[in-house]
Amino acid sequence: MSNLQVSVYRYNPETDSAPYMQEFQVDTKGRDVMVLDVLHMMKEQDSGLAFRRSCREGVCGSDGMNMNGKNGLACITPLSDVVKNNKLTLRPLPGLPVIRDMVVDMGLFYKQYERIQPYLQNDTPAPAIERLQSPEERDKLDGLYECILCACCSTSCPSFWWNPEKFVGPAGLLQSYRFLADSRDTATSERLSNLEDPFSVFRCRGIMNCVAVCPKGLNPTRAIGKIREMLLADAT
Amino acid sequence: MSNLRSLTFDAIIIGGGGSGLRAALELAKSGKKTAVLSKVFPTRSHTVSAQGGITCAIASDDPNDDWRWHMYDTVKGGDYIADQDAAEYMCSEGPKAVFELEHMGLPFSRLDNGRIYQRPFGGQSKNFGEGGQAARTCAAADRTGHALLHTLYQNNLKNNTVFLNEWYAVDLVKNASGDVVGCIAMCIETGEVVHVKSKATVLATGGAGRIYASTTNALINTGDGIGMALRAGFPMQDMEMWQFHPTGIYGAGTLVTEGCRGEGGYLINKDGERFMERYAPNAKDLAGRDVVARSMVMEILEGRGCGEKGDHVFLKLDHLGEEVLGKRLPGIVELSKTFAHIDPAKDPIPVVPTCHYMMGGIPTNIHGQAITMDENGNDHIVNGLFACGEAACVSVHGANRLGGNSLLDLVVFGRAAGMFIEGALNEGIEYLDASESDIESAMKRITRWNESEGGESIPELKAELQEIMQTSFGVFREEKNMLEGVDKLALLRERIANAYLPDKSNAFNTARVEALELDNLMEVAEATAIAALERKESRGAHSRYDYPDRDDVNWLKHSLFFPATKELKKRDVNFKPKTMDTFEPKVRTY
Repeated sequence: MSNLQVSVYRYNPETDSAPYMQEFQVDTKGRDVMVLDVLHMMKEQDSGLAFRRSCREGVCGSDGMNMNGKNGLACITPLSDVVKNNKLTLRPLPGLPVIRDMVVDMGLFYKQYERIQPYLQNDTPAPAIERLQSPEERDKLDGLYECILCACCSTSCPSFWWNPEKFVGPAGLLQSYRFLADSRDTATSERLSNLEDPFSVFRCRGIMNCVAVCPKGLNPTRAIGKIREMLLADAT
Repeated sequence: MSNLRSLTFDAIIIGGGGSGLRAALELAKSGKKTAVLSKVFPTRSHTVSAQGGITCAIASDDPNDDWRWHMYDTVKGGDYIADQDAAEYMCSEGPKAVFELEHMGLPFSRLDNGRIYQRPFGGQSKNFGEGGQAARTCAAADRTGHALLHTLYQNNLKNNTVFLNEWYAVDLVKNASGDVVGCIAMCIETGEVVHVKSKATVLATGGAGRIYASTTNALINTGDGIGMALRAGFPMQDMEMWQFHPTGIYGAGTLVTEGCRGEGGYLINKDGERFMERYAPNAKDLAGRDVVARSMVMEILEGRGCGEKGDHVFLKLDHLGEEVLGKRLPGIVELSKTFAHIDPAKDPIPVVPTCHYMMGGIPTNIHGQAITMDENGNDHIVNGLFACGEAACVSVHGANRLGGNSLLDLVVFGRAAGMFIEGALNEGIEYLDASESDIESAMKRITRWNESEGGESIPELKAELQEIMQTSFGVFREEKNMLEGVDKLALLRERIANAYLPDKSNAFNTARVEALELDNLMEVAEATAIAALERKESRGAHSRYDYPDRDDVNWLKHSLFFPATKELKKRDVNFKPKTMDTFEPKVRTY
């Protein structure tokens, strides 16, 4: 098998007036390695290639990127999942400003996360032990709390591309619902009133790119649907 | 030099993992001007990878559970060189710290009565080893670290903690009296280097598993705080004590939680035999991690390993059934499919002992204050310097950490350091300012890399270092092999001092970060190697063919590595818990 052809987005603000695609030949020795392994092999050829990575097992959310047109985590994406005709094109997550190469400025993404007040709020005095929660109540958090903030979903969402400052986006809304769904949280009405405007939630058009790309198999669209129901019930 | 911008804080916390965020939360709540400086966005820290849980006697699974039983297990698990005052503090304060996490919103799994779910983990007992297996590890499915780290980050947001995210701490700044008064740090995004002034500098930089070729650790675990402290001349404690986790996925190194065995999984050799029954007749697969890891290596060495090369064993989980796997171990199912290409509901997971945790680190007291020792063997506090979490050696883990005790260590001692610093700041702290030359000496290293004009490549030197450590300082050790390793490391140190950073650009230059990390890996590797060579006994995770027995006469001690002379000294272990009798050293069996 010939070398893998990799085309990578390059941009260094200090030296490049515009971004460009750079071609690499990578010898994977025929093994079905992860895309992150390929990035490391390329970095050995060119130490200037910049990308984020940390846990290399799909739990820290550092290496979200666009691989042959689809967002995902490089560390848990085997070549066999994405490579077509021996070619791999790597681009930074779409829609966010590029700092350098594969590294994007996640500021807007984090701002939307912070906006939904992503922490438990409970105005009753805490007991001496834990607050009790039944297994059934706790089950409602499954599929919500596992988000790793990789931004694969929000940066694949056309509504977020258009209105990143006003639409919370799938990741932020998934977390918003994680607290709305928590039997221990008492700030439901404040949380909902914070989302009432036409943009925060209602810019979701049900395109479901978020569901298609989430590397943890989570379903932000469903969570957004639940928030809509709560908002509508609240309004009537 | 004088044009270096400076940032001033009451306290700077270097590292945004579990212990750093817990310390920061305490200080943010107190209104002190605090910042967390982290080379990655905090939720990318390695705490996120912790799976099985946080061990603590919250008396949920067993209403009669007692923190003293947990303390007994911890001291025994550490092969009796855990400091008993520290273990006492951790186990007794633990429930408070865990309940706080729950109140902050951590989504623990639950029992039918609504209390926090607890599972059995290795080395746990009731009634001081007499009452059988305990279930003491509080869990959020098998994603406890993720749940804990996100919860702490969220609560820091709530309390307006200042974050310097994607900033890299280069070196400590010491004043003329030797007090630590801040650090030199680089903003990764812009490349700007600043002088961070602070009355309290907390090293919460985590572990350094990347000194080994095969590790469960994240790529960022390069021992940055250990390197900084060693370069500043401070000693390291018990650096020979590295935990090899029994179940890293063969080939990939990714962690498979001990919780798998807690839920009823077990290890088998190529004959399908549950071999731990031979090595640990009582605890079996839930013996201490050091014991299980050694038993696995013995099976492999004696020809009973699995696979074509016979170089691993299997972890069998299929008998647990899909429902238990889906409910209690969903992350493991995912990881097994991704990295071992098997479904654990049908096939066993190929596993091998893999470097996992650094028991050693910066010696501290229970308030997180860093400690050094004078020539007469007396402890002294290092003014201005604190450490907590895996970077610290307080020491609660001794020669071998129990599963689930690291998350507890993070929150208990992160919290303790935060509380202590708050008190100290209230009383008032005044140290001399750093002079120009003090700052310059902390700049030496980054300047060296920036001016390098040629030399060997960073990734190749790193790979060599990892190979040396893997070959000479693994699960079993012996003098000849370790001497070779020490010699090779000495040569490598010279080569790294002359290595080359080709990319000198400023914007998000990850090559520069990796160069700076390589220096730290070198410091950690050397301290580990010398301490391992000098400790002439087998205790906990440190296991020697040439000294197979524990030697309490000579080595019921901490080791203390001094970087200036590269000498190893002994430091007394604390045997004086405040509220109870000492646990006297006993033969350690499971």
